[in-house]
Amino acid sequence: MPRISRRTFGGLMGAGAASLALPYYARAQGKPRAVVIGGGAGGATAARYMAKDAGEDLNVTLIEANPKYTTCFFSNLYLGGYRDFESITHGYDKLASNYGITVVNGRAEAVDRDAREVTLADGSKVPYDRLIVAPGIDLIYDSVPGYSEEASEIMPHAWKAGPQTQLLKAKLDAIENGQQIVMVAPPNPYRCPPGPYERVSMMAHVLKQKGFNDSKIVIIDPKPKFSKQALFQEGWDKHYPGMIEWYGPDVHGGIASVDPQTGEVETDLDTFKGALVNVIPAQKAGGIAAQAGLANDSGFCAIDPKSMRSQADDNIFVIGDASIAGDMPKSGFSANSQAKVAAMAIRGDLLGSKVFPAKYSNTCWSLIETNDGVKVGAQYAPSAEKIASTSSFISQTGEDDAVRQATYEESVGWYKGITTDIFGA
Amino acid sequence: MTMAETIRLALRLLEAGGKVWPKAGLSTLAFLFLAASTAAQEGDPEKGAKLFKACKSCHEIGAEARNGVGPHLDGLFGRQAGILDGFKYSSAMKKQGEEGLVWNEFTLDQYLKKPRAYVPGTRMSYRGMSRDAERTHIIAYLKTLSSEAPAENPTAAKPHRPEMGAAAMDLTGDPDYGEYLSSECVTCHQITGRADGIPSIVGWPKEPFIRALFEYKTNVRSHQVMQNMTINLGNEEIAALAAYFGSLDPQ
Ligand SMILES: Cc1cc2nc3c(=O)[nH]c(=O)nc-3n(C[C@H](O)[C@H](O)[C@H](O)COP(=O)(O)OP(=O)(O)OC[C@H]3O[C@@H](n4cnc5c(N)ncnc54)[C@H](O)[C@@H]3O)c2cc1C
Repeated sequence: MPRISRRTFGGLMGAGAASLALPYYARAQGKPRAVVIGGGAGGATAARYMAKDAGEDLNVTLIEANPKYTTCFFSNLYLGGYRDFESITHGYDKLASNYGITVVNGRAEAVDRDAREVTLADGSKVPYDRLIVAPGIDLIYDSVPGYSEEASEIMPHAWKAGPQTQLLKAKLDAIENGQQIVMVAPPNPYRCPPGPYERVSMMAHVLKQKGFNDSKIVIIDPKPKFSKQALFQEGWDKHYPGMIEWYGPDVHGGIASVDPQTGEVETDLDTFKGALVNVIPAQKAGGIAAQAGLANDSGFCAIDPKSMRSQADDNIFVIGDASIAGDMPKSGFSANSQAKVAAMAIRGDLLGSKVFPAKYSNTCWSLIETNDGVKVGAQYAPSAEKIASTSSFISQTGEDDAVRQATYEESVGWYKGITTDIFGA
Repeated sequence: MTMAETIRLALRLLEAGGKVWPKAGLSTLAFLFLAASTAAQEGDPEKGAKLFKACKSCHEIGAEARNGVGPHLDGLFGRQAGILDGFKYSSAMKKQGEEGLVWNEFTLDQYLKKPRAYVPGTRMSYRGMSRDAERTHIIAYLKTLSSEAPAENPTAAKPHRPEMGAAAMDLTGDPDYGEYLSSECVTCHQITGRADGIPSIVGWPKEPFIRALFEYKTNVRSHQVMQNMTINLGNEEIAALAAYFGSLDPQ
């Protein structure tokens, strides 16, 4: 027999019975309202879980600036030619039709925390009882001297998926044998720690497939070490010998500037010239978080590790890349995991439903070459001061081909799983 | 049978079946061709029995067989796909059965080669057996046991052996707690029950579900992600997850 979900149960009880079960607050003002800013990995998951688990008892509104969402995850596989653009792009129709979420296509311009109201770009206002802020990141263009939003039309960052990703692919596909690619990697903290190095792997895969053995990829990194470094470097030696050069700060001595006109990256050591230059600048929480006064000096938002509730405002939760999530990396998996904790806390606040202790998890898969996948992951729990790792794992160097292939296939399953979990089925 | 006879028989079969399922019709035809043109390779049931070890954790066959994670395989030959009472098939498998998919040497051979390609949406997580000879052996083995009678009630829970996880198996899991805990699982294992590179865990019986989690937890089955996910789960949590996922029907 199929189980009766809480949702159908609420429906069966009828409005009278249901309202008796609600706290005074909701009865006084009609259904409580949960509003989410940002329909990405974090925000869309939170909206779906609140709507799915609370059903008719809660009004859920999702405010998203774009009509469609292209995932950054697997955008590197699109660069490498393993996926098409369509397959990494998702719509919001199921969230509206199957879960009853009000999806508002518009940009949130301001949050009035006293009035508990979000103002959209067109001037309309959306009132809330609880608000989730999940805007992802904004790029700090001038963290790299000479770089700017205009410069990104020539030197794409492609660190927000969409037209930037397509531009980067067009430029990658236009490379000729012997031409060089330069990547300026980002400083910590940034979204997807292994992302830049998976991207370089995918670029190398494209060059290798075309037989462009005279081309090189140079990484200028402001960090002395990077995520899954041993695994990536082993993979690069194995699959792309001599093609990829990585320079940490002790070698290049500092990034002085980039010049979009000449395609040059100037460092203390030398000037590197690329036919394609991929600049990934420093990052901060999406602008609306700072506008709402939720971000601290780090540019990101402090939260309560037990619930993802903002330390600045009890009515607001910050999830995903915009939050300071302790030991958790900024990833789609993390954002999805945090969303579930926040959604549960909000149902607890507004409907008095049971709140279980928070648990978080993350796994990041990366592809180095066809069928050579690696992964890193951990479990987390709230400690007094942060979200702390409780156990972790990482792929080993020297693993069998079969293990690596299984890891890659698992990542394909994960992509299907998480996008179903975010956007609904 | 000569080639001409084969074709005549095949055409008659196609005409006869008022509602002939296209795959079954064509496949019968193809199978007969195959049988006629190449002296069909004989499968070796003994080799098949060894290969069947890979299937055993989910499928039982022989006297008193029961349903587990997968349906029992008694009476498989000539059985319509997706038809056993009480087993939670994917809707894709049920639909194929209703449209005429019947298990025989040919359809099984195609299915086992690449399950997800032959029945898209199947819950079976098996990736496929690419070697032609191996499939012939396994089919020969299945045939030798196909006429055995299953248990009287194949879906009833088995009394479990004293084993790892027994304490969790004795608990009555709280499906609501399980639903909360499940949010960690469904990031990878689709709630719809589809398997696209990550196994389907929807609608499993309690016992194999709990055993699998314990095997991951203790690294009997080694898998980094699953070990990490289960390492902090206690008996109550494992029982709750089993209760929740077991209560779901695959779509
Ligand atoms: C190249 C690359 C590869 C990656 N690979 C992986 C991977 O393999 N696995 C993984 O787990 N993670 C990966 N990530 C990281 C992952 O994409 C991010 O961590 C994740 O998207 C964060 O989710 P979020 O909800 O915080 O932000 P986002 O997913 O960025 O969503 C934010 C949403 O908010 C909207 N928005 C912002 N401001 C407003 C506003 N004012 N009003 C309305 N809407 C607004 C945006 O349009 C956007 O849709 C990768 C990232 C990159 C760049």
